[in-house]
Amino acid sequence: MALLAIRNLRTRFATDRGTVRAVDGVSFDLAEGEVLGLVGESGSGKSVTALSVMRLVPEPPGQVTADSMSFDGIDLLRLSEAQAREVRGASMAMVFQDPMRSLNPVLSIGRQLVEVLQRHQKLDRPAARRRAIELLEMVGIPLAEKRLAAYPHQFSGGMRQRVMIAIALSCNPRLLIADEATTALDVTIQAQIVDLVKRLTRERGTSVIWISHDLGVVANLCDRVNVMYAGRIVESAPIRDLFHRPSHGYTLGLLGSTPRIDGPALRRLSPIEGLPPNLIDPLPLCPFLPRCRVSVAACRERAPERRDLGREHWASCFAELNQRTP
Amino acid sequence: MALAQPPATPRFAGSIRLAARQFPRHRAAMVGLVCLVLICLAAALAPLIAPYDPVQIKLSAKLKPPSFEHLLGTDHFGRDVFSRLLYGGRTSLSVGLLVVAFAFVLGVPLGLASGYFGGRTDNLLMRLVDAFLTFPPLLLAVALVGLLGPDIQNVMLALGLVQAPVLARMVRGSTLAVREEVYVTAARALGAGPGRIVISHLLRNVVSPIIVQLTVVFAAAVVAEASLSFLGFGTQPPQPSWGRDMSEARRFLGDAPWMFLAPTGAIMLCVLSINFLGDGLRDALDPRAWRTRRAVEPDKR
Repeated sequence: MALLAIRNLRTRFATDRGTVRAVDGVSFDLAEGEVLGLVGESGSGKSVTALSVMRLVPEPPGQVTADSMSFDGIDLLRLSEAQAREVRGASMAMVFQDPMRSLNPVLSIGRQLVEVLQRHQKLDRPAARRRAIELLEMVGIPLAEKRLAAYPHQFSGGMRQRVMIAIALSCNPRLLIADEATTALDVTIQAQIVDLVKRLTRERGTSVIWISHDLGVVANLCDRVNVMYAGRIVESAPIRDLFHRPSHGYTLGLLGSTPRIDGPALRRLSPIEGLPPNLIDPLPLCPFLPRCRVSVAACRERAPERRDLGREHWASCFAELNQRTP
Repeated sequence: MALAQPPATPRFAGSIRLAARQFPRHRAAMVGLVCLVLICLAAALAPLIAPYDPVQIKLSAKLKPPSFEHLLGTDHFGRDVFSRLLYGGRTSLSVGLLVVAFAFVLGVPLGLASGYFGGRTDNLLMRLVDAFLTFPPLLLAVALVGLLGPDIQNVMLALGLVQAPVLARMVRGSTLAVREEVYVTAARALGAGPGRIVISHLLRNVVSPIIVQLTVVFAAAVVAEASLSFLGFGTQPPQPSWGRDMSEARRFLGDAPWMFLAPTGAIMLCVLSINFLGDGLRDALDPRAWRTRRAVEPDKR
């Protein structure tokens, strides 16, 4: 049975100008120990999907509905706020994009770790401190014992993100959501953090949802990828398949705009022209149609159906893009 | 083996202890603290220190300049200015401190609630605050004291009521800014409840502007008490208070400047001390302003 099963998740926000459908019918399963990438450009609904799963969408103005959304046998839709607090941090945890801002500047690193351990694991203070030191050592922070007394501003961005990962993994969650966790870091640190997350989650069999717009990072880390556009999943594939057989116009565009070290030396990157659609307007056709380079006649007549391409690969696209073989 | 002892429980100082350790390094703040303590002691021990009865009239010795007999001279009734200063400090300091306490107790929770809950709660509370803020502060205090009766307790209450909305509005503003910080969302994502969010995340991060504002409130309260006394509310003659004596001394500014300088100097010293103290507290509570020792700095590798 899947650890996380989402069917037809819709998250809407009421605004003065109308209802924004930030997530519009997302369904996917996440198996135990699976690492799932969620890619797409800004505003495609990746983060809102994650926040909906964590039940962190403020309601109102937000509104989260789904046919079903279950995690580890719990019906996430029926959780009260108090019950949700018990789940958050304990069996699912989240790491945010900006490590410079995701730690409270006036509390010491130790205090922030200990607080979570006391909250969820009911450890007493000395035990929580010992565990905190273990956790800092685990994420590769030297002199961990001394660092407990340090404050966030004394740490670099990479170290803060390590601390965030330590905090997120402190209660051995079954699901870790990393929302652009390496985007704010420079490339070498990025690689270290990705390796760290890979190692730690593999050791523990933690499932991961890795949100990113960086296909390179996703390729290195994930088992499978959901490509999101305009609040929908437009393509879902095992990682190798996605790169070898991109089957949606948008995926193709994303790959075309990503530099590849194994490609021809002087390949020009081709950006995706235009802007993503306004999510207030109804989108009866494929939302990517106005920007699509491979659209066919059918695209202008009806919405694309989910098309099964075998090997757990599907895409919502009419265009036949499978000329390339693996 | 001798080395294989179980490691001692690792200790790290609580943030309050660290802040307390940091505070004495702020020299101006220490000076402020010492001054304030001395002033408070002098006021508290007035009956022991004061050489004369502060309300004893002795017309034969009126408007005498400072001498060994009368350290700070005498006023137009021949009362000893030094003794009046000591006793007046009791009134002025308690007004200042109680107004600060009142404004804090009323204003900070209101501002936090308004900022944290937002929406309808925010709207309701802030319209109430607006209503208070539309009146000129002194006029409002006069009206309140008029309503409650001219008594020093009522003056404190009125001044507190006037200052609380100012503080509430400020706390709300800072809270709104902090509420949107990623670390607040991150704390929620780790299962923190509203209580924890408000206390250790919001309040801890808006404490600096609160402290600065409170030092301002203290100064304003001491001066406002003077104005109210001048208008006949608050301290009633012949009881001494710094503000009252200051406004009375106005008439003798040319002939007996000591009468004016003594209470004015006291108020100034007090406000300055409190300002320095506030600065020190603010810095001590903000780890980013700490002058840290090498031990906790990440080493360059």
